Amino acid sequence: MGALFTDAFLTSLVLGALTAGLPLLLAGLGEQISEKAGVLNIGIEGMMLMGAYLGFVVAYTTGSVWLGFLGGAVGGMAVALPMVVLCIRLGLNQIVIGIALTLGTEGLTALLHHFQFAQSYPRLPAVPTLPIPGLSELPVIGPALFDRPAIVYLAILAVFVTAYVFRSTQLGLALQAAGDKPAALDAAGVDVVNVRSFAVFTTGALAGVGGAFMAEVGAGIFVPFMTNGAGFIGIVLAMQARGNPFWVLAGALLFGACLSATTALQVAGVSIPTDVIQMLPFAAVLLVLVLFGRRASLPAALGTHYVRGAR
Amino acid sequence: MTEPAPSPEAASGPPPSSGAIVTLDHVTKRFPGVVANDRVAFDLFPGEVHVLLGENGAGKSTLVGMLSGLQTPDEGGILIDGREASISSPARALELGIGTVFQHSMLVPSLSVVDNMALGGSWWSRPDRTGIAARMAAVAADIGVRIDPHARVGTLSLGEQQQVEIVRALMRGSRVLILDEATAMLTPKGAEDLGALMRRLTALGIAVVFITHKLNEALAFGHRITVLRLGRKVGEIAPERLEALGPAAATAEIIRLMFGTGDRKAAAEGGARAVRRRVSAPPLLEIEELAVDDMAVPVSGVTLSVAPGEIVGLAGIDGNGQKQFAEALAGQRRLAAGTIRLGGEAVERLDVGGRRARGLSYVTDDRLGEGTVGSFPVSLNLLLKQVGKDPFWRNGFERPEPIAAHAERLVGAYDVRTPGISTPIGKLSGGNIQKALLARELTGDTRAVIFAKPTYGLDVQNIRATRQRIREAADRGLAVILISTDLEEVLELSDRIAVMSRGHVVGMVDNDDAARARVGELMSGVGA
Repeated sequence: MGALFTDAFLTSLVLGALTAGLPLLLAGLGEQISEKAGVLNIGIEGMMLMGAYLGFVVAYTTGSVWLGFLGGAVGGMAVALPMVVLCIRLGLNQIVIGIALTLGTEGLTALLHHFQFAQSYPRLPAVPTLPIPGLSELPVIGPALFDRPAIVYLAILAVFVTAYVFRSTQLGLALQAAGDKPAALDAAGVDVVNVRSFAVFTTGALAGVGGAFMAEVGAGIFVPFMTNGAGFIGIVLAMQARGNPFWVLAGALLFGACLSATTALQVAGVSIPTDVIQMLPFAAVLLVLVLFGRRASLPAALGTHYVRGAR
Repeated sequence: MTEPAPSPEAASGPPPSSGAIVTLDHVTKRFPGVVANDRVAFDLFPGEVHVLLGENGAGKSTLVGMLSGLQTPDEGGILIDGREASISSPARALELGIGTVFQHSMLVPSLSVVDNMALGGSWWSRPDRTGIAARMAAVAADIGVRIDPHARVGTLSLGEQQQVEIVRALMRGSRVLILDEATAMLTPKGAEDLGALMRRLTALGIAVVFITHKLNEALAFGHRITVLRLGRKVGEIAPERLEALGPAAATAEIIRLMFGTGDRKAAAEGGARAVRRRVSAPPLLEIEELAVDDMAVPVSGVTLSVAPGEIVGLAGIDGNGQKQFAEALAGQRRLAAGTIRLGGEAVERLDVGGRRARGLSYVTDDRLGEGTVGSFPVSLNLLLKQVGKDPFWRNGFERPEPIAAHAERLVGAYDVRTPGISTPIGKLSGGNIQKALLARELTGDTRAVIFAKPTYGLDVQNIRATRQRIREAADRGLAVILISTDLEEVLELSDRIAVMSRGHVVGMVDNDDAARARVGELMSGVGA
C-alpha cells in the first residue's frame, strides 16, 4: 500500500476533498443556521439544485463566475421563499414541505435543462484560481489548498463569520433562542417569525452558492439531479456538529474526501469497481450516524411551528 | 432603574389609597366553546401583592395572558395609570412596565444568564455582557438574591430560574410583576423564599400579581385576594378586610367563594390527618439494595419494605431519583442491582406484564404520555395493560361486550365523568383521566401499588378524591408506596415516610408529630 501514497495521489485527494467538500460545507453551514433557529430544512437539497441550475445559467449567459454565484444564491433563496411562507408563516409541516420542495425543484430543473441544453450540452470554462503567494508553493497541499478559486476562501471565511455571529452577536443569541425556546425570544420582544425567516433565507443563499459551486467549479456543466444527496449530507453534518460551525467544516472535508476518493484512487491506479468507491460517502454517513448518532443534540423546538401563547 | 424607589419604611404594607397602576375594566375573553373570562374587573395597586386564586380552569391563565400581552380582550378595556391602553404584545407589556414570570420558565436553557438578559437587542450589535452582569448584580443585591451571571440557565434550579426572571423584569423597569403559578414547581423552602422575596419587592413599591391555586400561600403572601371561578370574578378581599378577618375566617370565606357553598369538604390543605394504621403483618413488598443506572440521577442502595395495609410515603424534592425508582419497581427500567420481592417471590427479573400479573401496579404521574393513549376510547384505556388477554380479546380479536361491560363498571365505580365509554380519553379533564388510571391500576388482583405524584396538576376536588382512593387502597390491605413532592400530602396519608435525595433514601421516619420537621431537615440535606 505504500506506493499508493504518492504526491500525485495525495494532491488529488486533498484537492478532491476540498472541491467535493465545499458544497457540503455550505449546505451544512446553511442547515446549521436553520436548525439553530428551530427549522428543520429538508428542502435544502432543492435549494442546492436550484442554485446549481441558476448559477450555471447565469454564469453561462453572462460569462461571469461571480454573477453565477450570485445567481446560485438567488436560486437557493427562491426555493427558500415557499418554505418561509408555508412553514414559518403558515405553520405547515416542515418535513412534508421540505420534501415537496426538493422533489419539485428536481423536476423543474430537469425540465428546464431539457428544453434549454439537451441538444448542446454547453460547458463552462475552468474557473480561474487565486494562488495565495508563498503558501501555494508548498508541496502537496500547496496546489491543493492554496491555489483555488476565490470562492473557496470565502466559504472557509464563512465558517469563521458564522462562528462569530453565533457566539458574539445579538443575532446569534436570537437564533439560539428561536430554536431552543421561541416563547422566550418572543417575550424579549423579538419576532420569532422574522428570525426564522432570516435563517431560512440565509440557508437558501448558502446552499444555492454551494449548488452553484458544484456546477461552475466542480463539473463545469449542469446535469439534472447533480446535487445527488449533497443537501441531505449537509443535514447530517449540521446535526452532528452540535451547533459548532468548525465541526461542519471538519465533517465536510471528511465526506468530501470520501466523495473524491474515486478520482484519487483512479489516479493511483487502484482497480476497485467505481460503484464500490462511489458508495463510500454514503457508507461514511451511515458509519458516522451509527458511531455518533447519540451525540447529536438538537434544539428543543426543532421542527415545530411557533404560535404565540399556545402551550 | 430610573425612577426613585420609595424607601422601604415609607412603603411598608399596602399604601392607603394611591391610584391603581393597572385596571382591567370588565374584560371578557372567549375561546371556542368557552368564556374564559366573563366581565372580570381587576385593580392592581403599587406595593401590594394581589393574589389571583382559583381552581384549574377558573380563568387565571387567560387573565394573565391579557395582562402580559399574549392575548387581547374581546370586550372591556385596560387602564394603565388611569389611561386607556392596549397591551397588544409582550413587548408592549414590557414598555408599559409589566413584567411576567410564567409558570413554565421563559429562559433559554442553552444560553447563559447574561445572554438571556441580553436577548432582544439589534441584530448586529454585540451583547454587552459585562454591563449587563454589573446591572444584574446591582438589582439582585437590591432584592437580596444571588445569581451567577455566567451560569448556563439549564444548570440552575427552578427557584433560581425564577429569581433570574424576576431580576430581569426589574432590570427592564417593571413596576408590575406577574408571578404565574410561581410556586407550583418549587420545593416548600423555595416557596417560602419566594414569599419573602415578594415582600421585599412590595417594600420597594412594586405591584405583584401572584397566581396560585393554593389557599395557604394566598393567605401567607397576599395583601389582597381576588377569587375566580369558572371565568367569573366571584369575590375580592381587600387588605383591610383580610387583616380584620384573620386567617381562619379568611379561609372559610375563600372556600365559600371558590366552591360556592361552605358545606363542601373542599378544604384540601390542612385536611384531617390519616388514622394511623397499626401494622404488624410481615412485609408484602420488600425492596433490597435496589440500584438503577441513570445519566441524570443514578439510584442506589434503596432498601424499603411495605406491609399490607401500609402507606409508605416517599418524600423529596422533585428529580431526586423518585421517577427512576418508581419505573424500576414497575419494571419499566432495568435494575442495576438489588432485589424486589412481592409476597416472598422475587419479581425483579419479570417484565411489566409479569409483575402486574402478580399484583404490582404503578400509577404513573405522566398521565397523558405513558398512562393513556389520548385518541383511544376510555374503554380501551381501562384495559391498556391487558391488551390481548382473555376475556376481552380472543384469538387476537377484540370482544366488544366484555370490554364495554368492564368499562361501564369501572366508570361507574370510580366516578369517571365522561360523555361515554367510547369518548377518546384525551378529551377528558386531568382529574377524570386520573380517575380512569386509578380504576385501571387498582382493580383486579392488585396487592401492591406505587403512586407517582398522584395529585400533581389536579384541582382541589380531584385531589381530595384521589387521596381518598389511596386511603381506601390501603384499607383494603394493599401495600402502598406514595411518591409525592407535596409534603402536606405525604404527611396527610403516610404511615411511614422515607426521604429521597440524590438517588438515595436518606432517612425513614414514622409519621408522628415530629415528622414534619424531621422530613424537612432530611429533604434539605440538614439531617442527612
